[in-house]
Amino acid sequence: MIVGTQLVMRVTGTEYCLTQLTMAVYYAIVVMGLCLLMGYAGQVSLGHGAFFAIGGYTSAVLTTHNLSGFKDAAWAAWLQQAHLLVAKQDLYGNATLTVSPWAAFAAAMLTTFLIALLIGYPALRLRGHYLAMATLGFGLIVSKMLLGSNITGSADGINAVPEWKLIGGLTVTGKSAERVQNYYIACGLALLLLVFLRNLVHSRVGRALQAIHDRETAANAMGINTAAYKLRVFVLSALLAAIAGVFFTHYTAGIGPSEAGALKSVRYVALAAAGGMANLWGVTAVSITMNYLSLRGWFGSYDNAVFGAILILIISLAPEGPLKPIGHWLRRLTGKRQPPPTSGVTFHVSRFTNHGAP
Amino acid sequence: MALLEVKAVRRSFGGLVAVDGVSLTVTPSQIKGVIGPNGAGKTTLFNIISGLLKPDSGQITFKDRPINGLRPYQIAHAGISRTFQNPSLFLQMNVLENVMVGRHSRTRWGFFGCGLRWVGQAKEEQAIREAALAHLDYVGLAHLADWPAGALPFGQRRMVELARALATEPEMLLLDEPASGLNTREKEDLGSLIRKIRDRGITILLVEHDMPVVMGLSDDIMVLHNGCTIAEGAPEVVQNDPKVISVYLGGEFQYAPSGQES
Repeated sequence: MIVGTQLVMRVTGTEYCLTQLTMAVYYAIVVMGLCLLMGYAGQVSLGHGAFFAIGGYTSAVLTTHNLSGFKDAAWAAWLQQAHLLVAKQDLYGNATLTVSPWAAFAAAMLTTFLIALLIGYPALRLRGHYLAMATLGFGLIVSKMLLGSNITGSADGINAVPEWKLIGGLTVTGKSAERVQNYYIACGLALLLLVFLRNLVHSRVGRALQAIHDRETAANAMGINTAAYKLRVFVLSALLAAIAGVFFTHYTAGIGPSEAGALKSVRYVALAAAGGMANLWGVTAVSITMNYLSLRGWFGSYDNAVFGAILILIISLAPEGPLKPIGHWLRRLTGKRQPPPTSGVTFHVSRFTNHGAP
Repeated sequence: MALLEVKAVRRSFGGLVAVDGVSLTVTPSQIKGVIGPNGAGKTTLFNIISGLLKPDSGQITFKDRPINGLRPYQIAHAGISRTFQNPSLFLQMNVLENVMVGRHSRTRWGFFGCGLRWVGQAKEEQAIREAALAHLDYVGLAHLADWPAGALPFGQRRMVELARALATEPEMLLLDEPASGLNTREKEDLGSLIRKIRDRGITILLVEHDMPVVMGLSDDIMVLHNGCTIAEGAPEVVQNDPKVISVYLGGEFQYAPSGQES
């Protein structure tokens, strides 16, 4: 399907649309992490836009901030030899010394990890609405800080972020010549992470997360360290958002403060809800589609309103997400009826007398 | 000698002293019953032993190791498992997955091992599944493995919960009113199942309202009333204890708590 989309766009001459599709895929990675956190572990976060921004900004600042003032220092030479710093010339021929994208990526992951631990540890002692409020507050703080500091470019954000040479000729860049390649990089990354998450939810860890979602007390009594698991899943989903942020920033060659805004975080939650929460494939498909349409400008100036409306409609009409009811409806339409889960339970507890007789 | 030893445990909620200096000894492979009228403090005592509540004072040792103040999951790791008064299954999962959760404390793969399907993880997952199925079969519900837990009637939820508790490989099992809400036939089945579990070498501590069930099963019974122990001993002894009779039937004998007796 990934290849098919690209081929259709090539044939129809709309390959320029791949740019928005690539961006939508990166956004979808954030929602995938949120799907694990909210859908499986049952912990709400309205601060994931902030983690996306923390990842993106860390790598943007490090790869653009000119350190050439230190170029004679011994540590700079040493770091340059280790390929952690890169010396280049900018458009005007001035010498620049910046952190290499890979090192910046590592720094972004580390920063996000530490901040997520710091926020998650106290916040996850809260439940439901309180957790949502705490993470929302965190997101607002981050967005104000990005707007207020010069190093993050205030309201302009950061631009001219260099391309990121991954491995073997793969480069994350917004150049139109590399558009197709970048589309596949994004899809490849999303697929890898999707497989990772799918493995995770079908394992003892995934069951533990669902158990916490269902009945935290019983989960704890069954041997699950609920506090540690909640913190770990929070950090993991924050890291996914940050990964998406780093790739996105290199792809679009910049990042702005709106990425950390509360409306972005609400949008991610709306998409996770629209995809059916505990449904990785559904969440991914819905968020790619919706973000793509949004980036193509389908919703015009109602952009944020559309996502808000989706959230309200889903919570009030179909808390399980629209996919399941539509699936049931389709099955009924095609005459293939699934037996309702309760029918046929005619077994009696006394069945176990055969085993249980002393 | 003693597997579990509870010494002078006390716990109050505001002004109400729910458990007031209760001591209890459970020896290995015993079925010990705790009975008492509503509000006697039985469930509070259970929640203290299993770590859901912290005692205000007192000491609890399991296999000569102090366990008071440990979190519930640590107590599960130590070898004590429990069921709840209202079966608390994970309703979003199917029956087998519920029992598989019970294997959590005896398995080890973490986030990255599971996400990457690291070498050996799939094998462990398979072992979890097989063990869970065996435990489900033990309580006679293997045929319901794929059913959503929420679709089961009350009695069967009890049994699944029991299988889940057994899946943690406990040395001691705390059963909180396992017979409540069951019909006569189900109660008999439950009784023979509990005996069978005991014969496997698992010690059982039982809170129960149902007198025939608890009298028929227990080797030893402790009677709680208003948070205090008023009698302890073999079923026949307890049954004929005047204090117990008065508490249950409201006889002439007025029991005064130990503090006021002297």
